[in-house]
Amino acid sequence: MRNLKEVAVGQTVTVVKIEVTGAIKRRIMDMGITKGTTVFVRKIAPLGDPIELKVRDYELFLRKEDAEKILVE
Amino acid sequence: MITVLALVGNPNCGKTTMFNSLTGSDQYVGNWPGVTVAKKGGMLLNHPDCEVVDLPGIYSLSPYTLEEVVTRDFLVNEHPSVIINIVDASNLERNLYLTTQLLELEIPVVLALNMMDVVNSNGDEIDIARLAKELNCKVVPIAAINGSGVDELIKLAVEVAKEKVSNQALPIFNDTEEIAVRGIERLLPDRESTQLKRWLAIKIFERDPKVFEQIKISSNLLARMDALRNGCEKAEEDDAESIVINARYRYITSTLRDCIKKKLRTWELSVSDKIDNIVTNRVLALPIFFIIMWAVYYIAIQTLGSMSVESMQAVFGFISEQLTNLMVIGGVSLTIQSLIVDGVIGGVGAVLGFVPQITILFLFLSFLEDCGYMSRAAFIMDRAFRQFGLSGKSFIPMLVGTGCSVPGIMATRTIENEKDRRLTIMLTPFIPCSAKMPVFVLFAASLFPKHSWVGPSMYFWGIIMVVVSGMLLKRTSPFAGEPAPFVMEMPAYHMPGSRTVLKHTWEQVKSFILKAGTIVFAASVLVWFLQSFNTSLVLVEPTKSMLADIGHFLAPVFLPQGFGNWQAAFAAITGFLAKEAIVSTFAILAGSGDGAGSKADLVLTLQTIFTPASAYAFMIFTLLAAPCCAAVGAIRSEMGSWKWTLFAVGYQTGLAYLLAAIIYQVGSRL
Repeated sequence: MRNLKEVAVGQTVTVVKIEVTGAIKRRIMDMGITKGTTVFVRKIAPLGDPIELKVRDYELFLRKEDAEKILVE
Repeated sequence: MITVLALVGNPNCGKTTMFNSLTGSDQYVGNWPGVTVAKKGGMLLNHPDCEVVDLPGIYSLSPYTLEEVVTRDFLVNEHPSVIINIVDASNLERNLYLTTQLLELEIPVVLALNMMDVVNSNGDEIDIARLAKELNCKVVPIAAINGSGVDELIKLAVEVAKEKVSNQALPIFNDTEEIAVRGIERLLPDRESTQLKRWLAIKIFERDPKVFEQIKISSNLLARMDALRNGCEKAEEDDAESIVINARYRYITSTLRDCIKKKLRTWELSVSDKIDNIVTNRVLALPIFFIIMWAVYYIAIQTLGSMSVESMQAVFGFISEQLTNLMVIGGVSLTIQSLIVDGVIGGVGAVLGFVPQITILFLFLSFLEDCGYMSRAAFIMDRAFRQFGLSGKSFIPMLVGTGCSVPGIMATRTIENEKDRRLTIMLTPFIPCSAKMPVFVLFAASLFPKHSWVGPSMYFWGIIMVVVSGMLLKRTSPFAGEPAPFVMEMPAYHMPGSRTVLKHTWEQVKSFILKAGTIVFAASVLVWFLQSFNTSLVLVEPTKSMLADIGHFLAPVFLPQGFGNWQAAFAAITGFLAKEAIVSTFAILAGSGDGAGSKADLVLTLQTIFTPASAYAFMIFTLLAAPCCAAVGAIRSEMGSWKWTLFAVGYQTGLAYLLAAIIYQVGSRL
């Protein structure tokens, strides 16, 4: 198991656990990143952060510090 | 009785386009009480008894963001007649997540499936009848962009509103969860409300802090509810909030499996993907970003923008001249003449002079926002800006601020996060605007003729103060606390409708005229009054006016900065009206307001009033202290509160005072 920050661009992974709390956790999950969701890592921003993902057929981006707390496999 | 139709949906679902076509030109835009989130409403075209309310674009009814809370409170407390839930059909899964929550509010819901054209061109098929049956609510396919299906939608919505039959909450839970939620529902005392019991039960189950603030339940009952929740959490090995979110998405996924037929995707990139591969490309993203920004700056601030400001000044100059001539002929007293020309027209001119420039700027910004580029800008710049507590979108206000702080401050509207937005509003005035330049040029030429670095160094100080302040303020209580989530959607590019862009622009310009305008006008008249009269209310020369008295009074305050003389204090006050007024003030004080050779007099006067060290301190003070009244008006209108406005202006002036003192004390000893 690793976290979402470590996933290379172009890979598809499945969410196992979200280790954040409060408003950030709610927001991440509200946007559709829930346990068992497939996530495709599409791109990294030119300055190295944030990362762009494809989830549930749409695109979103989040910061590496948050991605770090999303465990995937 | 008026039927209220509430428009609810995710951001970028076509809600605004829909709202504009439903209400035509008959709209009002304001803020929700106490917060800066926009409140929009209007009467439905051809239905004089129906009002449409456009609620903020949201993804969920969570208790955390301002937009979500505003929407929730409106739906629960105001109980609109019907919710029109606009849904992006090309992204049903995430859009229906909000729908599952709306269906729990005991308000009739009609689902408007927007962007069906995208679905069709993708080759997907949605079984609308089946979807309506599963969700147990009316579903209408529409295309907001060309208005097809909208008439049918409205007819249906009004019908549903009259029937007053609300929808049933969807069966999102599994047995374990349902037992817990239903148990909580049964425990709810009747006096809490006979309505919304299911909704309340779910909210209590997921420990919604806002709901706990509102309801009063005995500790005995609460303990029994806790037990139900804990049992379920233990069984599912997850927290209640996550259980509910998972349940909603689980329900949607299984429902959609039966309602939507997706064409097998060939790995072909869409047009939007292709554009994005260039625009957010690792190498090209930054150059493209800077070229776009430069183009906006060059057109809206430099060429077209400054031309528009100059022509507005010419128009007002002409009006003043004609009016003066008329009043001289009519034998109007000098006091009234001065009031009308310098006070009223000066004030109105100060407000309206900005309007063409702001309009041009907002046309660009609305276009960039509506076509989807702004979220890319945030994606590209986020890392650079969040080092000092700002957002990826803070670049635009700062860049615009080099032209004028007023549109710069207003450009912060595209920043979602309230803290980032407030901080950007506070720091944008530190960037030297074009009105401060004449002051720097005059001082540099008069006191530092051999040092060409003095003028440009103001940009350096401005940027340093933005960075330092950002890093400092980020650690203070108003801006610290739990970091706000930064999870943003990257919508597909699309060509915005000209109507939407124009409407968007007009709303911003109107709000500037109304909100900032009143402050600018009042300040102009006040400064005119102080500058034109002495304490016996006799019209006098500025050097003998009340403002000069105030200058004498305030002068000692600026002793640590080395410019503790009344002329400098006087100029600082007129600078509040408009920064470039500092130059004309010194010209008047030098007794060279009108006449040849005045420039030499002016330089000589400045050389007697200032030393190089105190002059540099004065430049720093001008750069950082409370911006002009127009910018303060913009801060007030964007902050939405006087408390925040005073905090911002107080911080700016305090920092200016401190840094100017340090510069003088160090500089005069060198």
